[in-house]
Amino acid sequence: MTDDLLRILPTDTPPGEGAHLVDDFTPALIDVGAHNLCPGCGEPIAMRSVMEVIAEQGLMQRAIAVFGIGCYTAFSNNLDCEVLQALHGRAPSLATGVKRARPDTIAVTIQGDGDMVNEGLQEVVHAAARGERITCILLNNGVFGETGGHMTATTTLGQRTKNSLDGRNAADHGYPIQMASVLAGLEGSAYVARGAVNTAGNVSRTKRMIEKAIEVQRQGLGFSFVEILTMCPTGWFIETQAAPTYLDDTIAAVHAGGVLKDVTAAT
Amino acid sequence: MAPRLMEGSEAVAEAMVAAGCRFFAGYPMTPFTEVLEGMAKKLPPVGGVCMNAESELEAVGMAWGAAATGTRSATGSTGQGLALMQESISELSLARLPMVIVHMARSQAEYWQATRGGHGDQRRIVLAPMDVAEAAELAQLAFHLADRWRNPVILYGDYYIAHTYQSVDIEPIDFGPLPENTWALTGATGGSGGARLVSPLGDLKQRDDVGYDLADYYHRVLAHQAEMIASVEPMVETGHLNGAEVVVVAFGTPGKFVRYVVNQLREEGVPVGYVRPITLFPFPSDAVRAAAGTARVVGVYENSAGQMIEDVRLSVLGASPVEAIGGLTLDGSGFGIGPDITVPEIRARILRLCESAGCLPAGVTR
Repeated sequence: MTDDLLRILPTDTPPGEGAHLVDDFTPALIDVGAHNLCPGCGEPIAMRSVMEVIAEQGLMQRAIAVFGIGCYTAFSNNLDCEVLQALHGRAPSLATGVKRARPDTIAVTIQGDGDMVNEGLQEVVHAAARGERITCILLNNGVFGETGGHMTATTTLGQRTKNSLDGRNAADHGYPIQMASVLAGLEGSAYVARGAVNTAGNVSRTKRMIEKAIEVQRQGLGFSFVEILTMCPTGWFIETQAAPTYLDDTIAAVHAGGVLKDVTAAT
Repeated sequence: MAPRLMEGSEAVAEAMVAAGCRFFAGYPMTPFTEVLEGMAKKLPPVGGVCMNAESELEAVGMAWGAAATGTRSATGSTGQGLALMQESISELSLARLPMVIVHMARSQAEYWQATRGGHGDQRRIVLAPMDVAEAAELAQLAFHLADRWRNPVILYGDYYIAHTYQSVDIEPIDFGPLPENTWALTGATGGSGGARLVSPLGDLKQRDDVGYDLADYYHRVLAHQAEMIASVEPMVETGHLNGAEVVVVAFGTPGKFVRYVVNQLREEGVPVGYVRPITLFPFPSDAVRAAAGTARVVGVYENSAGQMIEDVRLSVLGASPVEAIGGLTLDGSGFGIGPDITVPEIRARILRLCESAGCLPAGVTR
């Protein structure tokens, strides 16, 4: 017996049984796990978290995801969740129309920082001010990833991009907008939080924020918002494995994580 | 319901509600504002929603979201405001969503915007009523055509139609059956293996292993558009074309003035007829060409420097000379009541055209 266990098989012997996939852990609402986003990108993790929450809360037959335009748009035709594709920046208005026309739906926008904070800033601000019963998810990596790494309204000071080659400086480019902080200051917002997906712990904490935001929408308490800091090693011009640390040192140093507002919290 | 005296904007609002419109979003701008007021008043009692959007960009976006859920949805504005909405209007054609867009224009200088505005190859049906009663009918037809072709439809009104009071009887009009809705988002298809997707970037899912081919999608939308353009019968009103040596083409409110003047001149023996396009797109080219075939000259009366005249020329194809007899006419505010849009002024212009064409009977005075 012992001899048998310790027997070393010659390497050219094929295994007795072919390898097979036991579970690819793809969430129920994601059709195809494989995607064309860059290695090290944080957006698929964020996307997965949102879809997991919708499924786990039993909202598969009520949810409508409204997509902005960015790298993450690649998921718009890859979900088994209903999807409404918006123009760049316009997702909060579309989600408003969806929710007002069908109040039983759960409307969730997926937008990047270029989409939400640059092109469509007034959309999300007004939706929050109206207390629109929708959830907006901001995937914030501080660059236009899809165009190849250009400065957005959330790019931090000193961050190098293709159109701020020496790093963003306040004199030439002004200051980054801290979206969650802006929205938390509006009366209509009920839940505002900022997470990240650069560590396992942050992924877990961020998922709880998404759960809470959706819960706030279900209860009709007002506008809910989760900003998720995502890695973009390609757009940051750094090595893939350096991205999680870079996120902590640069992006998160300005866009600090945490729950900024929660009307359900005990006072 | 008995006929009731109503301002045009209110009549259009009431007609939209009668047509089943249950979502409206708008931003105030003269002369569109009263349509928004009408919808804000009339939608809540029937369970509909009227949103006071923070801009035209948001108005069309909200209407887009509601339209995607299969709700009859509309927005509107006037020239500048519609320019702000233009990106969305173009992409709505690609997303294949029905929507009615009420364009209460400040003049007729928005003809190109309405019939040609926006990026891409896609076109929209444009309906141009001449008065309040016709606006109320066409507002209902607009929803039917939008649903039939899954494409926005533009209702081209003006300051006069928006603010004139007329006695109208508004009842729901049955335009016949529509294709079954198999595309609207309700949330209910999630997790079914076939969750719906409404997108200007295509309607195919990755799971079907079809790859991503936007060019292919654009070609399919264009094929659908070609079918729409070929199938929609252009609407047009003509009068006194028999023996007409001068034909006047005009649309909208000026079209009604021209019709009145031509009727009057015919009684006086002047050989003049008129063509009033009701669909600006598809343009009633056949009717214009037929009318021009026997005429010495075609006059085009527009409250603009001349925009529809290009479509008239494209229709006539050189068979007769085509001359502009209109021109931009506005009050001091830059819109409102055009001082030139009067019966005597239009009569004088048509008679000048007759005179130059050599067909002004003796004894007829301007």
